[in-house]
Amino acid sequence: MIAETTNRLFAETPLVRKKQRREWVARLIFGMMAAAMIIPLLLIIGYLVYQGAPLISWDFLTTNPVGGMRRGGIWSALLGTIWLVGVSLLIAAPIGVMAAVYLNEYARDNWFNRIINLAVINLAGVPSIVHALFGLGAFVLFARMGRSVLAASLTLAIMTLPVIIASTREALASVPRTFREACWNVGATRWQTIRRIVLPNSISGILTGVILQVSRTAGETAPIMFTGAVFFRSISEGDFFAYGLKEQCMALSMHLYTVTTQVTGAPKPLPYAIAVVLLGTVLLVNATAIVLRVYLRSRKKW
Amino acid sequence: MSDPQKLAITTRALNLWYAKFQALIDVTVDIKHGIITSLIGPSGCGKTTLLRCFNRVNERYGYVTTTGEIKLHGKNIYDDDVSLVELRKSAGMVFQRPNPLPISVYENVVFGLRIHKEGGDLKRSVLDEAVEVALTEVGLWQDLKDRLDMRATNLQLEQQQKLCIARLLPLKPEIILMDEPCSALDVEGTRAIEELMFALKGRYTIVIVTHNMAQARRASDECIFMLLGELIEHSRTEELFLTPKNPKTADYIEGRYG
Repeated sequence: MIAETTNRLFAETPLVRKKQRREWVARLIFGMMAAAMIIPLLLIIGYLVYQGAPLISWDFLTTNPVGGMRRGGIWSALLGTIWLVGVSLLIAAPIGVMAAVYLNEYARDNWFNRIINLAVINLAGVPSIVHALFGLGAFVLFARMGRSVLAASLTLAIMTLPVIIASTREALASVPRTFREACWNVGATRWQTIRRIVLPNSISGILTGVILQVSRTAGETAPIMFTGAVFFRSISEGDFFAYGLKEQCMALSMHLYTVTTQVTGAPKPLPYAIAVVLLGTVLLVNATAIVLRVYLRSRKKW
Repeated sequence: MSDPQKLAITTRALNLWYAKFQALIDVTVDIKHGIITSLIGPSGCGKTTLLRCFNRVNERYGYVTTTGEIKLHGKNIYDDDVSLVELRKSAGMVFQRPNPLPISVYENVVFGLRIHKEGGDLKRSVLDEAVEVALTEVGLWQDLKDRLDMRATNLQLEQQQKLCIARLLPLKPEIILMDEPCSALDVEGTRAIEELMFALKGRYTIVIVTHNMAQARRASDECIFMLLGELIEHSRTEELFLTPKNPKTADYIEGRYG
């Protein structure tokens, strides 16, 4: 009797087997849901490339649209998007990063800073069409910028600020507090601590966060529609400075919208080709951010 | 040796609150200059808080209200003309986990000098000398003199902790505050740090918080026992451990609670 009990020691019981089966099912379901994320991405990219392939070529990128935008390339739209994203990056990045440094390193928990936090969170929740109307009122009309690259970029910048602040704060918060303590205890001021220790150790996170957030604005249509993007403009081909800050521009997202809904008789692959270029631009920027992060990370260790 | 009567740190009726929670209750203490004083007591008794009061670094950790008086070398550190930068220069802290900065050994040692000088007017020779003196003082020079460019975070823990002490020295501090400096180290590391403390005492006033009663006993000249925010007993270490006056102290050192 005793020998038998000893032999069965630690053996599986039916209850254990049942629990194991459930464990397996749960794992399978969660895993499948995670894997499902890949499918839409592959389908979207695959479908777009398949449909747009006949049109995509170097000339497509570097020539202006012609013939009521039914023929030619997308140069003026592509360059417009680059300008809009670039200028809004130049505006949003310094403001956002500095605001995040204040909130993370200086701000104490008082009513004023709570209001700032609340503002940041709520600004992130404002729909893009509302940003567009604000940009129209504030920049185009009130500040008399007219519909221009500058007004549109400012609108995009305001839209991206909250996410830049959030990602920068995350990067700053990932610097261990022990480093700050070490600085305080040799009498470093907050600014010395930030400049010598906190920023150098979070710059990779800050930069990639900023770039990733800004690249998302490449796809925005609503905020630029009222503030600076136009239906059609022909610019000098191959010249990167063909747009000025005070001028109106085309943009890929807007161009895609126009070609799909307003232009009759456009060749079927055209919208898909535009979409591929738009997606490609965003992915290229993201890839740059990732390369940058890998490079900067490889130089720091703690 | 220094004058045993000279006082490095004195507090009078010191009370401290973290928001609503009172962490220090009416603490009055005289810490003598040039000796090692240990702070012991169970977790949450306020010993780390008291230590952090001495260079006012508490104020960086959130809402702290303090009443009473703290004097370092006779100067009230809550006076209006006290600069926190200068205060922390002369009362540096060593932490539980060694926290070298993620820069080279050399830059760690001269970090203090750099942040306290106007940009650029530090000669290389001055810095070199400061590094050699500080590292020699903590016994790292022989090991590290050829590897000064090495990242400080790649050193062994014991070396990191010594480096953290060396980092304070170029600023010519009067007081070194240590917050459980050995709790992340092994036996050898602990012994090395304790030996270093002995080597440094006399020139510096050392205040050490420790969880390890045996360490307090073997490594300190005077000992302060705290409980629930109050200072229970302060006397010479042998006396406190052999003939404690307060029954609470006796119970603690005999391990009846803690």
